[in-house]
Amino acid sequence: MRTTQKDNPALQIKPKAPETAIWRHHHILDVDDFSREEIELVFHTTKAMKEVLSRPIKRVPTLRGKTLITLFYEPSTRTRLSFELAAKNLSADVANLSASVSSVAKGESLVDTLSTLQALGADIVVMRHPRSGAPYIATKYIEASIVNAGDGWHAHPTQALLDLYTIQEHRESLKGLKVVIIGDIMHSRVARSNIWGLTTMGVEVTLCCPPTLLPVGLGSQHHFPSVSIEPNIELALDGADIVMTLRLQLERQQSGLLPSIREYIQLYQLTEARLARAKPDALVFHPGPVNEGIEISPNVAHGPQSVINEQVTNGVAVRMALLYLLTGSQKQ
Amino acid sequence: MKPLLIQGGRIIDPSQGIDITGSLLIAEGKILWLGKGEKTPPQPDYDVLPARGLVVCPGFIDLHCHLRQPGFEEKETIATGTKAAARGGFTTICCMPNTSPPLDNQTVVEYIKSKSASEGVVRVLPIGCISKGRKGEELAEMGELASAGVIAFSDDGEPALNSHLMRQALDYSRAFDLPIIDHCEDKALTEGGQMNEGIISTRLGLRGIPNAAEEIIVARDLALAQLTGSRLHIAHVTTEGSVELIRRAKEKGIKITAEVTPHHLTLTEERVIGYDTNAKVNPPLRTKRDIKALIQGLNDNTIDIIATDHAPHTEADKLCEFDLAPFGISGLETALGSLMSLVHDREISLVTLIAKLTYEPARIIGNKYSKLGTLAIGAPADVTLFDPTLEWVVDTKAFASKGRNTPLAGERLKGKVMATIFQGKLVYKDDSINVKGS
Repeated sequence: MRTTQKDNPALQIKPKAPETAIWRHHHILDVDDFSREEIELVFHTTKAMKEVLSRPIKRVPTLRGKTLITLFYEPSTRTRLSFELAAKNLSADVANLSASVSSVAKGESLVDTLSTLQALGADIVVMRHPRSGAPYIATKYIEASIVNAGDGWHAHPTQALLDLYTIQEHRESLKGLKVVIIGDIMHSRVARSNIWGLTTMGVEVTLCCPPTLLPVGLGSQHHFPSVSIEPNIELALDGADIVMTLRLQLERQQSGLLPSIREYIQLYQLTEARLARAKPDALVFHPGPVNEGIEISPNVAHGPQSVINEQVTNGVAVRMALLYLLTGSQKQ
Repeated sequence: MKPLLIQGGRIIDPSQGIDITGSLLIAEGKILWLGKGEKTPPQPDYDVLPARGLVVCPGFIDLHCHLRQPGFEEKETIATGTKAAARGGFTTICCMPNTSPPLDNQTVVEYIKSKSASEGVVRVLPIGCISKGRKGEELAEMGELASAGVIAFSDDGEPALNSHLMRQALDYSRAFDLPIIDHCEDKALTEGGQMNEGIISTRLGLRGIPNAAEEIIVARDLALAQLTGSRLHIAHVTTEGSVELIRRAKEKGIKITAEVTPHHLTLTEERVIGYDTNAKVNPPLRTKRDIKALIQGLNDNTIDIIATDHAPHTEADKLCEFDLAPFGISGLETALGSLMSLVHDREISLVTLIAKLTYEPARIIGNKYSKLGTLAIGAPADVTLFDPTLEWVVDTKAFASKGRNTPLAGERLKGKVMATIFQGKLVYKDDSINVKGS
């Protein structure tokens, strides 16, 4: 398709993405099976997509004739919208299906739903599900490419890749940077995917949270040599290049993991005073939606070091890049 | 029926300390004669089952399986479960009471006995509930269950979390000299748990089940066994810590026995990677370190027996998100094949393996079944023949069990059951085995 329209520069993607031979993913499930080279390929392609987004008409025909279905078993605003815009910018046909988890109880299984999507001719299914591993099960029952838009506590690969991309826009190299992730690591798919992606890129990761919100084994020097644990937020922030805060689900208090939200704020909120311990040019990330005044103070969330809005903007470009790369792997 | 001569096999019977090459004659459902080497039996007229190259041993006894009937016949029935047992070399299986209705009254016991008699192909010994409705609140009518013929009591699947109730059950059961079998799990620690807690559960984003959840209840039960002096049997031991606790208790002379399953002895938590719901089992598959301790426990008799915890489920039950899938592995038909890997790897001896599947479980059942698990003259002719080195591929479509839920599907195992004889009757034979007239 691109070759037949090569004369029209408005329909082309520049700079041309590099040779995509190293790309071997038919699905995007997590970044833990992405090599450094593949992540760099995503960066490079994202840069090309950002150029497309800077044009007055933000649309290229790459996915014309392809059908992308978003299948969300959990509420989402930005991720779903971001995927929808990304797909439309690439001229895909987009349809949305909101399945409620309760429909499982009514007897409609995930596998049934997937076979329906298969029958409807989906080429790509963007899927969010509250159960860890659901997209992995999906790949066994559908030929379409599955893009994981978040599964349980397990993974959120597109969020991690957009975070990585946003960091590398601000820094020459990721290698050797100190990234601090603060908050509910245990229940966070964003934290998990970021840990795998960041360590692949040579980043030193520090996890800061109450020990009740830390999943077992991450402090193992044997298994994760570039991950360290520091429950004290002041010490954790010392000399940090990047600070990522995570949304705290308010029900964690009820489940006995925290004595109170009040104490969490006292011990773990990212405030201006605490941020001052990081490097002066440190950047502040949050995957959204933000609980202002809980995990992060409003001044920091809207302050000069915050890149929260850049994350959202880059999200569309990264997702365009991933969809573009996936089409190269599509079975014709 | 003519007598049957099982000719020229390696006869291993740990109950009598026998490991010889020879022949075994069975007639009228009993072991009639055993001869060394090329000896032939005195009476002339018999059929011959050639056993050259095969191990001939007492029929296996499974102290822990789920037959799902009554209540869950889509998962398994007594007919299909006993056929699966026969294919796995088991001639006696003890079924757990978590049926619907549960085995907490004599009517259900009678139902199982009558179904087994009419539809079963091997011996089925029911296990009764500890508590009414398996609710962990009031004792079931254990005396009536004992008279109806249960061989033990258990609320399997549910631990008896109320320590007072557990103490009462242990005390009360002494009147019938039957063991209490406990599924050791501290539910407060396993709530929502999906797999072993560790690096893999962290990576997969699944809630973990820590070893401590098992060890806490094992430790409590050992204390109660000491307090009461009653017979306690610990079901499916999976952790290094539990093995150590049981070993120490045995050293102190506390009357306890313990079991381990083939899957906990041979498979690790890594099987869950990829979210294989067929590797979802409770207690969960653990680590190499735990397996090492379990094997050591088998070898020093800290762990008395191997039991399958055969837990069949339908394909639809397991065809779903990992969190929603039920726990359980269909184990009767792969037990020997997977356990033989331990023998081939020289982790345990063939004789130990057979003892843990025959003589030792018979000792725990005891009472009027004390003649099971042996090839002694006059004992019921329950005999299993297996080829210790034959390789085969696990084809779940060929299972007799309705439960095809095994993480071993498609895998190559070395060691295969070739024939199973129950009370003198050939209830399973491999296609390659031919019985000839003499």
